[in-house]
Amino acid sequence: MKSFKRRWFLVAGALAIAIGFLAPVAEAQQPIKIGHSMALTGGLGAAGKAALLGLQMWVEDVNAKGGLLGRKVELITYDDQSSPANTPGIYTKLLDVDKVDLLIAPYATVPTGAIMPLVKERGLLLMGNFSFQVNAKAQHDMWFNNAPWHDAASWADNFLAIARKLNLKTVAFLIADQEFAQNLASGAKTIAANMGFKTVYEQVYPPTTVDFSSMIRAIRAAKPDIVYVMSYPNDSVAIVRAVNEIGVGPSVKLIGGGMVGLQAAPVMESLGSMLNGWVNYHSYAPEKTMNFPGVKDFLARYSKRAIEAKVDPLGFYLPPYNYAIGQMIEQAVTATKSLDHKVLAKYFREHEMKTIVGGIRFAPDGEWAKPRVIMVQFRGVVDKNVEQFRQPGKQVIVEPAQYKTGEYIPFDQAHK
Amino acid sequence: MIFSFQLLFEAIVFGILLGCFYAAVSIGLSLAFGLLDVPHVAHPAVLVLGAYCTYLLGSYGWDPILAGLALMPLFFLFGIAMYRFYYETFEKRGTDAGVRGLAFFFGIAFIIEVGLILAFGVDQRMVEAGYIGKSLTLGEMRVPLRMLLAFGIALALTAALTLYLSKTFTGRAIKAVAQDEGALRLMGADPVRIKQWAFGIATAVTAVAGALLIIIGPVEPMLDRVYIGRTFCVVVLAGLGSMTGTLAAGLILGISESIVLMHFGASWAPAVAFGLLLVVLGIRPQGLFGR
Repeated sequence: MKSFKRRWFLVAGALAIAIGFLAPVAEAQQPIKIGHSMALTGGLGAAGKAALLGLQMWVEDVNAKGGLLGRKVELITYDDQSSPANTPGIYTKLLDVDKVDLLIAPYATVPTGAIMPLVKERGLLLMGNFSFQVNAKAQHDMWFNNAPWHDAASWADNFLAIARKLNLKTVAFLIADQEFAQNLASGAKTIAANMGFKTVYEQVYPPTTVDFSSMIRAIRAAKPDIVYVMSYPNDSVAIVRAVNEIGVGPSVKLIGGGMVGLQAAPVMESLGSMLNGWVNYHSYAPEKTMNFPGVKDFLARYSKRAIEAKVDPLGFYLPPYNYAIGQMIEQAVTATKSLDHKVLAKYFREHEMKTIVGGIRFAPDGEWAKPRVIMVQFRGVVDKNVEQFRQPGKQVIVEPAQYKTGEYIPFDQAHK
Repeated sequence: MIFSFQLLFEAIVFGILLGCFYAAVSIGLSLAFGLLDVPHVAHPAVLVLGAYCTYLLGSYGWDPILAGLALMPLFFLFGIAMYRFYYETFEKRGTDAGVRGLAFFFGIAFIIEVGLILAFGVDQRMVEAGYIGKSLTLGEMRVPLRMLLAFGIALALTAALTLYLSKTFTGRAIKAVAQDEGALRLMGADPVRIKQWAFGIATAVTAVAGALLIIIGPVEPMLDRVYIGRTFCVVVLAGLGSMTGTLAAGLILGISESIVLMHFGASWAPAVAFGLLLVVLGIRPQGLFGR
């Protein structure tokens, strides 16, 4: 009996030692889990799917190089259906069930806003994904946004700077009743007032608006010099069409500014020549001033993958910036050799991040210290040709001066 | 806000055009829900399906309206199959068919949404045609051709369905089945077959309305959620089952939205439309043209 007991203890001891040796090996082989939600369906789905491809390409690239800290990287993605109602639940699951190591925010302002209290309460690092001013109220010190803007001034300044150079006086606002557009509008209206522009028309429309003919007619009657539009994808298309049909009148010299959706290839291709003369914000255009190291190579690889994935074939707007999120994580984790959120946040605050969308330094609020919202003017666009947008000259950068590739042509002349 | 009589006149004209569009996208529901009493909440999803089928044919060079017309026989068969399944599974079995049927049609709507996402992705889809993006100039006013098309199609659909329901034997039988199914059976007609036929027609009409939907603006798989409130509002406002009432209700909704939008603010437009519905139902619970 005694010898049986001794044998049992020996076996158990050997097993314990073996497990003790093997445990760190097993842990080392555990992937680093990065969790996020993405709009894969719903109103933001088209852009969200393209953005996800950009992120997935980074994961493949980093894993091909051996991963991070000797561990493979695993991306855990859930579809938030473009809805802020879904994101708090998804991020709780990512943290408590999937036990992710790092978090990336959902794409866009509204779905991200819903998770800010959770992230702040738990003291977690959050990499923003093209949100606008979600941290203005939350004031979370571990938030770092990949979007090349800061506050409303970083958008409105460049658009209204064009108006100031043309000596324009009056402005009409057309604003979606939606958080992103409202945030942008409140800042833009203040800036317009400070710059001395007189508001002659202001319309806030609900997201379910079907036709914009009546609004465009009212704008025409108000005879503004500038029409500042802050819209979401479906509305942007309907507004461009309505302007083409109804006309905004000869007084309008500058139109556009904050229209989400006009950066997407299917929309640009479909609207074609109707876009000529419009000015809109963008994050990237294939112009000589935006030739950051690695971006052309990324876009060439992305284009091939986009066809298989049935997503935006150009991928100028979100994909490079999503790849950049990965690059920033890679740089910080490699440099600090840590996954500790506080350590990583300190690194982000103190260092310049080198990405395919250029060098990024963060301001104390986690937004870009030097915002770079470019204003592009559509010119010489022909119908039914998506490939034309890969060439310079179709989306000419007219502001800011540092990235400018052409002089602005007033809308009534460029639209002809 | 700016006010002038010219603007008011234009608001009414745009409202009429918009109202006709609302009537066109609601008329199939008026038949299915208004006359047949089928809780067809999948109607807006079928509408979006029609828009995507139009897009598909458009990619082969078809004109959107022709594509919508060509899709009618297919949608007619789809409607027959959908009703038959609903009848065999729910209606035939008992008194709570309405509630369970509601779940069935919600299911159909979700299946259509997911199917469209899988087949076409989540990108917006649009069609191109000579009349999209162009307008007709009438004095100082420019009227979008695509809205004029909606006007024409709504009038044509209303006239065709009104004539069909009042002048043909099957049409009168459809109206009869809505009033008294038992009496129709005593007359020797099969109410189920009549309802099946009528549901087929309602779905076929929705194919053309779907073509109109993608002509008016871009579509995406979940667009049905935008239209569910509006289409039911038009049908209930009209009075269940009235085709001319559907046109009139669409016009009332369109004109009130357009005037409110142009003169008081776009955010008020949906509130005014649904407020109007509440007032009408308070005064005439059977709707404006219901009996």
